[in-house]
Amino acid sequence: MSMALALPTDTRAADAMVPVPYRVVGRARETADTITLTLEPVEKAIATPVPGQFNMLYAFGVGEVPISVSAIDAGHRLRHTVRGVGAVSQQLCASEAGTVIGVRGPFGTDWGVESAMGSDVLVVAGGIGLAPLRPVVHELLRSRRRFRRVTVLVGARAPEEIVFRGEVASWQASARITVRTTVDYATAAWKGDVGVVPTLIERVTIDPEVTTVMICGPEVMLRFTAAEVLGRGIAAERVRVSMERNMQCGIGRCGHCQLGPVLVCTQGPVLPWSRVGPLLARREL
Amino acid sequence: MKTIADLLAEESLFQGLDKVTLEFVAGCGRNVHFSPEDRILTEGEAANTFYVLRSGSVALSFFVPGRGGVVIDTLGQGEVLGWSWLFEPYRWQFDAEAREEVAAVAFDGACLRAKCETDPHLGYVLTQRFAKVILGRLQSVRLRVLDVYGAGATD
Repeated sequence: MSMALALPTDTRAADAMVPVPYRVVGRARETADTITLTLEPVEKAIATPVPGQFNMLYAFGVGEVPISVSAIDAGHRLRHTVRGVGAVSQQLCASEAGTVIGVRGPFGTDWGVESAMGSDVLVVAGGIGLAPLRPVVHELLRSRRRFRRVTVLVGARAPEEIVFRGEVASWQASARITVRTTVDYATAAWKGDVGVVPTLIERVTIDPEVTTVMICGPEVMLRFTAAEVLGRGIAAERVRVSMERNMQCGIGRCGHCQLGPVLVCTQGPVLPWSRVGPLLARREL
Repeated sequence: MKTIADLLAEESLFQGLDKVTLEFVAGCGRNVHFSPEDRILTEGEAANTFYVLRSGSVALSFFVPGRGGVVIDTLGQGEVLGWSWLFEPYRWQFDAEAREEVAAVAFDGACLRAKCETDPHLGYVLTQRFAKVILGRLQSVRLRVLDVYGAGATD
């Protein structure tokens, strides 16, 4: 007896579930457990992502994980910075040049950099949270005159765990934007700050009426950083955060990434604090 | 030229204090400057002074045998350096060193303690404000204990 294969009626959704083969053409070590992969399409390419969006990266035979874009190049190249903490991300980190991986995306909301034009911008990154914010900094530097004061605060556990270390140093050296780095543990040789990144908020100049804030990092850090910026008088609507949740389908179908009424994969990952803050205060979510 | 009381009025630790109180407190203060790498506090030495930093940056460190000076915190403009003057046995618990040019108001701890003894309301107000500073530092340390950037934190 023959059986007809049931195909999804929504072909756009079906297409979004099919991984597009990309080849690893570059692999750069950022820290002991973090790698930046440069990918090129084997044949067709996905749409160009916008800062803040993520792709699902598929290590064939192992699994798929959501990874934000860490730089946006001209053409169809993709750059993703991956921290090897689980089976899939470790497999991705181990991918040598020539390895083919699957890519679905781009998914989710973006940082809305253009909407911040004419205002001050405060970027706060913790750990690998700098990866999704790096394209924002690139854009701020590229269009520097269109923004007022630009401040970038970067936190990490130790100096050697700051991702994109050389690049962050070059941002500092350029003096076009204010950049401060802080670590939890340091020797006397470290010339940056020591302490968690939220403590830097009170040390920088902020004009609360005209400041747009973009924060990415572990959830605990988001909460404490948001509390500090709100304490400086910035409205919750002006504070944008990138949420980390268990994204699986990327198109709002499976519900794994649900945070109360929010499907983080489609309505996020970038969300205003006015929306996500109250949800993070609820333990049941 | 600004008086010590004028300078204190600009710092968050003293904001909201009336002029008479500010001048009373300012009587125990003086302007000081430090050059980069100047030692400001030394662990174990008598804690007679505390500082309100007006500019620059200071590293608080602890000497660990085999590791040298481990920096445990950095302080900047508007922050308070030193609590040990307030509590017996009045000995510094850490080292502190200027990382760049530092301008500060230095307070004679014994002078301020004596004023707090004679004016309990002032003592209460200052203790409340120092408690807030200490709470902030405690929160910061707690966050560090959480190791928020550790494995499994993000991607």
